Amino acid sequence: MLQITLSHYLTVAAIIFTLGIFGVFLNRKNVIIILMSVELMLLAVNINLVAFSAHLGDLVGQVFAMLVLTVAAAEAAIGLAILVVYFRNRGSIAVEDINLMKG
Amino acid sequence: MLIHALCFYLFAAILVASAVMVIAARNPVHSVLFLILGFFNAAGLFVLMGAEFLAMILVVVYVGAVAVLFLFVVMMLDVDFAALRSGFLRYLPIGGLIGLILLAELALIVGAWSFAPEAASASQLPIPDPSQISNTHALGLILYTDYVYAFQMSGLILLVAMVGAIVLTLREREGVRRQDVSRQINRTREQSIEVVKVPTRGGV
Repeated sequence: MLQITLSHYLTVAAIIFTLGIFGVFLNRKNVIIILMSVELMLLAVNINLVAFSAHLGDLVGQVFAMLVLTVAAAEAAIGLAILVVYFRNRGSIAVEDINLMKG
Repeated sequence: MLIHALCFYLFAAILVASAVMVIAARNPVHSVLFLILGFFNAAGLFVLMGAEFLAMILVVVYVGAVAVLFLFVVMMLDVDFAALRSGFLRYLPIGGLIGLILLAELALIVGAWSFAPEAASASQLPIPDPSQISNTHALGLILYTDYVYAFQMSGLILLVAMVGAIVLTLREREGVRRQDVSRQINRTREQSIEVVKVPTRGGV
């Protein structure tokens, strides 16, 4: 219990990842919360990468976590830009209103 | 060892609690603030694992950039967030079911996995002794040599994201006077100044 092992970190990451997926389902109308849930999932992945890196004594995991961080930042920027443009055009960000391409 | 365990449980508990609040908070601004709290505690977990540089990067990039970007967008958009939450309870059972299934699967994995025998020797770039060379130094040594292509690629991704965000959100509005530098420079004396001979007592 007092010896913190790899499994402890993996458990925390699993809980965070599940909460991220739960958030996507729970807030199906609010795109901003969905984007935040995606950030939570990416954070869980990062915790896994760093935990394995520390446990195996291999620095590659930390380099990869940094790349995941980069992609997460780019994804948030693009996602929020699309959100702002969509709000400007339609005046709403509800997910069920986003059906312009349905024909 | 006791302090290590206590810190781990503290950071992990706050991280999980703030993740719950991110998806359950009524006000999206509160969600973003809890996201920031969660990122701080994740950075604490990273420090516990010996990845100080990533912890600081997490604080700088996520808290300093991404979360503030979220905060800006949440406050800029004039949306009725209460209406967006109306389906919250309707989606609770299906979402909870899927979450529980996923959590059970992940628990099975965490409980039953084991390392392959060759995993320990497959280490490509072993972490150097922290008393000799710091984590940041060690990461820098391999990031710009062994992983230079990945590093350049991530820089390119950020550039594309920046250009894309600017192109998406930039708009030309009608009726807004803007500074046009080339027009200002190309003005000639004839276009701008006229010498008028005013007759005495005549006025212009």
